[in-house]
Amino acid sequence: MTRTLAQKVWDQHIIAHESDGPDLLHIDFHLIHEVSTPQAFDGLRLAGRKVRRPDLTLATEDHNVPTLNITAPIADPISRLQIEALRKNVEEFGIKIFKLGDAGQGIVHIIGPELGITQPGMTIVCGDSHTATHGAFGALAFGIGTSQVEHVLATQTLPQAKPKMMAVTVNGSLPHGVTAKDLVLNLIAHAGIGGGQGYIVEYRGQAIEELSMEGRMTVCNMSIEWGAKAGLIAPDQKTFDYLEGRKFAPQGDDWPLAVESWKALATDEGAVYDKEIILDASTMSPFVTWGTNPGQGVPLSGVVPSPNDFTDEGEQQAALKALAYMDLTAGEPMRDIEVDAVFIGSCTNGRLEDLRAAAAILEGRHIAANTRLLVVPGSVRVRLEAESEGLDKVFIAAGGEWRGAGCSMCLGMNPDQLAPGERCASTSNRNFEGRQGQGGRTHLVSPAVAAATAVMGRLAAPADLAR
Amino acid sequence: MEKFISHTGTAVPFRQSNVDTDQIIPSEYLKRITRNGFEDGLFAAWRTEENFVLNKEEYKGASILIAGPNFGIGSSREHAVWALQDYGFAVVISPSFADIFRGNAGNAGLVAIVVDHEAVEKLWDIVEDNPTTPVTVDLEARTVSAGEFIVTFQIDDHTRARLLEGQDEIALTLAHAKEIDAYESARPSWRPLIS
Ligand code: SF4
Repeated sequence: MTRTLAQKVWDQHIIAHESDGPDLLHIDFHLIHEVSTPQAFDGLRLAGRKVRRPDLTLATEDHNVPTLNITAPIADPISRLQIEALRKNVEEFGIKIFKLGDAGQGIVHIIGPELGITQPGMTIVCGDSHTATHGAFGALAFGIGTSQVEHVLATQTLPQAKPKMMAVTVNGSLPHGVTAKDLVLNLIAHAGIGGGQGYIVEYRGQAIEELSMEGRMTVCNMSIEWGAKAGLIAPDQKTFDYLEGRKFAPQGDDWPLAVESWKALATDEGAVYDKEIILDASTMSPFVTWGTNPGQGVPLSGVVPSPNDFTDEGEQQAALKALAYMDLTAGEPMRDIEVDAVFIGSCTNGRLEDLRAAAAILEGRHIAANTRLLVVPGSVRVRLEAESEGLDKVFIAAGGEWRGAGCSMCLGMNPDQLAPGERCASTSNRNFEGRQGQGGRTHLVSPAVAAATAVMGRLAAPADLAR
Repeated sequence: MEKFISHTGTAVPFRQSNVDTDQIIPSEYLKRITRNGFEDGLFAAWRTEENFVLNKEEYKGASILIAGPNFGIGSSREHAVWALQDYGFAVVISPSFADIFRGNAGNAGLVAIVVDHEAVEKLWDIVEDNPTTPVTVDLEARTVSAGEFIVTFQIDDHTRARLLEGQDEIALTLAHAKEIDAYESARPSWRPLIS
């Protein structure tokens, strides 16, 4: 029988199958962080249970951590308590942790791939909705809640009902200056934010194949933003080249065996998906959001839409509310929108390639007056690599701030927040009301658009600078 | 988890689609390490607006939330479910839920049920006309009723059975311990291990 990539990974992890219930799946790896775990560890203690496989579990500190003065005690007492709770829990249960200040610390979805832990054909979970990032390697990776974190800690398994399968085929090549972020924002606006609900999505086609591993991670990262359970991409030579030699990648004689098994994961010729979306990359352009969910986006060359542009009544209401919150007027050109802040970072666009793209634009330029620029590498490793290339100097010379690693202004659990009413061009993944700080307004953009926007002080693409 | 058979209470008409978890509970409330006490975080930003539906006197004490489609999109924070429960909600009704939210609700014992758009509209009208109307959610019969109006709802069989019996999912899984051992002993040697 022909099967899709996701179907194969699913089948390889079934421990028990009941005809009318969910499948019990084995979980190859469990990533944890401070926010979604304290209650799970309490649950284990309460029931007198152990962590079944500490050796298949890794902890990092990312959501709460400050990105300035990282050697000082964390100033916010509640954040500090949560970090301390994680440290105490992993010590009690024997789990490895990368703490603030360690060379391995960083955003959970950035460090997994960096360490070579994220490998094709694995099942990976984390109490975080952007876990699909790891799908870029052909892993079946998805976010879970705290009860499920406890379940995985106790059993290294999860009961899961099998979702439907969807293919997103992106034909053609992205035009010069159009990036993975633009591609996925385009897709979400096209499919709608509920469009992926109930599906595991496989991204494929020429434009996906042509993306770097980092670009593929950006696309898979945002699977949840249109409701998909997971998003994955068939592993290929780029995947293998990325992994080879990394700390936890297969070594020695294991390497050829692993690669052989990974190659067999690709979707079989003739396998059927429950649904397919087909897009043409060659028609895409830099894409930005105007509203308060990731599906409310338009090309940068476009204008703020009117609620009347939507046929669905719910969408009309949502647009009306979003325009009020964002303080925008229908018909306003996107390029006229002035910003107070630019944030470059997050698990969507906080990798070396993203920082290089932004630095290439900022080199020899200065950010606009009245605009601040925050550059936050996704991990300590990204920070050190960027510094070895001198990118930090470019950002600082341009008037930006260069920070330590973490989630930072993606969700404002640490001190990096927007003030009420402030407007930000952000390379993160969510523009929900108040996401970057209460009353803050977010426009989702690519790193290249973020950098050009910082220079112009209003939403802009690199091409606007040359003119 | 406590058993849930049926529940009767008053309901809040929440005429909004795509309600995201950052609205249900903003991130600043996620720093807490306890399992309860999240009621103050529920819709914290929206509750500062006088006209917000939860602030209306007639809906105080309601235990059923009737929301628009796509409820609970965004983050995986189970705190969103806990905040709804801590505030006093036992049931959320919507034409559709984000997958992670729906899963979290089932695990935490918040009953998340799906009825079609028309039925949601009807329920909104009923509880707006008369906010004291008792609404009954019968998990055994899979029905929601309000006054004369009665409609069948959807919930997956597995979650329904667990809620009805108040089962601990971890205990159910641990009954498969031998199969888990067998699976793990055959796991490829090159898969990552942290030592
Ligand atoms: S960077 Fe943002 S989206 Fe990614 S894990 Fe951190 S908070 Fe979540």
